[in-house]
Amino acid sequence: MRSTRTIEMSTGLFVLLGFASLFFLVTQITNRELSVDSKSYDVEARFENIGSLKVGAAVSMAGVTIGRVASIRLDQGVYKAVVRMKINETYDKIPADSDAAIMTSGLLGGQYVGITAGGAEEYLKNGGRIELVQDALVLENLINQLAASFSNRGSDTGKQPAAQETK
Amino acid sequence: MNTFRELFENLREFAVAVGAVTMFLLRMLRHLPRAITRPSLIVEQIYNSGALSLVIIMICGVFIGAVVGLQGYEVLQRFGAEESLGVGAALALLKELGPVVTALLFAGRAGTALASEIGLMRATDQLTAMEMMAVDPVLRVAVPRFLGGAISLPLLAMIFIGIGLYGVQLIAVQQLGVDAASFWSQMRAAVRVDDVTDGLVKSCVFGVVCSLIAVYEGYTAIPTAEGVGRATTRTVVISAVLVLMLNYMLTAVMLR
Amino acid sequence: MQSDTTPSQVTRTTVTDNIVEIRDVYYSVGHRSIFSGLNLSIPRGRITAVMGPSGTGKTTLLRLITGQIRPDRGQVLFDGIDVSQLSRRELYRLRLRMGMLFQNGALLTDMNVFENVAFPLREHTDLPDALIRNIVLTKLQAVGLRGAARLSPAELSGGMARRVALARAMATDPEMLIYDEPFTGLDPISMGMIVRLVRQMNYALGITSIVVSHDVDEISILADTSYLISGGKVVASGSFVELKDHESEIVHQFMNGLADGPVPFHYAPAPDYFTQLLSDDT
Repeated sequence: MRSTRTIEMSTGLFVLLGFASLFFLVTQITNRELSVDSKSYDVEARFENIGSLKVGAAVSMAGVTIGRVASIRLDQGVYKAVVRMKINETYDKIPADSDAAIMTSGLLGGQYVGITAGGAEEYLKNGGRIELVQDALVLENLINQLAASFSNRGSDTGKQPAAQETK
Repeated sequence: MNTFRELFENLREFAVAVGAVTMFLLRMLRHLPRAITRPSLIVEQIYNSGALSLVIIMICGVFIGAVVGLQGYEVLQRFGAEESLGVGAALALLKELGPVVTALLFAGRAGTALASEIGLMRATDQLTAMEMMAVDPVLRVAVPRFLGGAISLPLLAMIFIGIGLYGVQLIAVQQLGVDAASFWSQMRAAVRVDDVTDGLVKSCVFGVVCSLIAVYEGYTAIPTAEGVGRATTRTVVISAVLVLMLNYMLTAVMLR
Repeated sequence: MQSDTTPSQVTRTTVTDNIVEIRDVYYSVGHRSIFSGLNLSIPRGRITAVMGPSGTGKTTLLRLITGQIRPDRGQVLFDGIDVSQLSRRELYRLRLRMGMLFQNGALLTDMNVFENVAFPLREHTDLPDALIRNIVLTKLQAVGLRGAARLSPAELSGGMARRVALARAMATDPEMLIYDEPFTGLDPISMGMIVRLVRQMNYALGITSIVVSHDVDEISILADTSYLISGGKVVASGSFVELKDHESEIVHQFMNGLADGPVPFHYAPAPDYFTQLLSDDT
């Protein structure tokens, strides 16, 4: 028969520990929207093919994450993917002619948007658009290209021995 | 033909058992409003089921975390993706290992304690004595224990996951040299609040199931030493099977 | 606690001198018939003994009286009220007027002696702690265990546990006390204590007492009326002397503790002894 006070205190500590763990998990582990802890501005880019880019993917420049992909939709007018990104407002000196490419992080990593700086003197502002884009590398297209280049070279080499023989 | 009859009998018994457990649950739920007016009983049971299970949960949490870290690192290294260890470990713990392992440990430690305690009260006529004193044993004994368990399990699961992540971090960062900053930042980048709530919902469901089974088995145990022993064994077995079955079903629903 | 316990929707048949009446009760479990036409009356304010060979359903009788089980046929009346017709709530109200002492005491193991005796008071009354404390100490004093108030049930001997259980049964001042095998397994001294307590409760407080037992010697000192149950019926009733001199064979066997008689020594379906010894199977 433990005293009620010990029981109550231990139970209280236990419950507090449980909720603290939950709090820790929710706040320290999970993805925080940039808008929560810092202000950002919107920038858009249109791609022919975004590969497996997902909402929430990183937007980085020189390897540094400067923002997140906020939304992805299909423009049925020009049949392009419209990717809207939120860039952290501290990075406000991105040249307006920079190029946005869809890259893959590591072998297993997800895809992200990598921005390479251009040379313009004007910077991207809220609502601005990145015109220069590089689509995601789609494996099938790569293979087709590779196959096509092999068959081209094959037909070149095929001609020469025949020519020699007929001499 | 005999096997058919046996099968039929087994199915019938199964249906009867499911019905009995459901009715018991309903009976307990009917007492819920009155039971809440005696918070001291519930607090005591949260202590018995939860606080007293902390040690085993924390120890197992560290070790599970450590092995996830070790194993995960080795596997990811083959693809050059060690930095994703944090993500993988966090998701595994949050969504699967946390709720399921905690539930199984709970069934083993707290579930058996509940079943044997109530079973013993049944065997020594304490429950009948309460009836004779015009105190409803379901209200006084079963419901507080059920609530205590159902509240404790989600809390234990959260603690398990937190401690588990600490274990992963211990192995990965301290031991294997994974970069601490990318470990945590990759994790933060990939884990969503939804993942945490998925785990929380699972552990709440498991809490209800494990506590219900334990209390039911104890309450309906045959009042002999052997009967109490059997009730305890059945608690663990049935809880484990149900937890794993429900885990699959819940996961399937959540991933839709 | 003698509160207003007249259930509103239940009709009283008659107010008699018998606090409990069993009328033509039939009860069976599965195929086994336990009672077939049982008739019994417990006079108010007296000590009544219910005896019988093991397995005749003495505990079943108590469960019928307290409403834990319902008879297949017949009536079980407590103070004129048919117990088997009551709802759970009404039954609980009725049980406040009865106290029951279980064979092993059935003390709640997660509380100490004091808390055990206080239990019915805490559950059913709103009495302040100070008053409950006084009542509990008074009841413990009556059974001679006021000094053991802080012990846990595990620390009590069998006799002490039963005395505490008696104090607990007395806590709500019931009109009737049922003792289920109160002497079983006790040493002579403890037995003497229980006998004295049963007497005191009855004489001093006018509480009707039903003692279920097969300790013939103890019953002989205590009981005003005795019933002997065998084969699902009452086979003998009356004062102890009447039972002792009864002509029925089974009564004679029971009262005198004879090893063989209507209740046979050898368990019934067994093949011929000589043949079985000579053969090979069991």
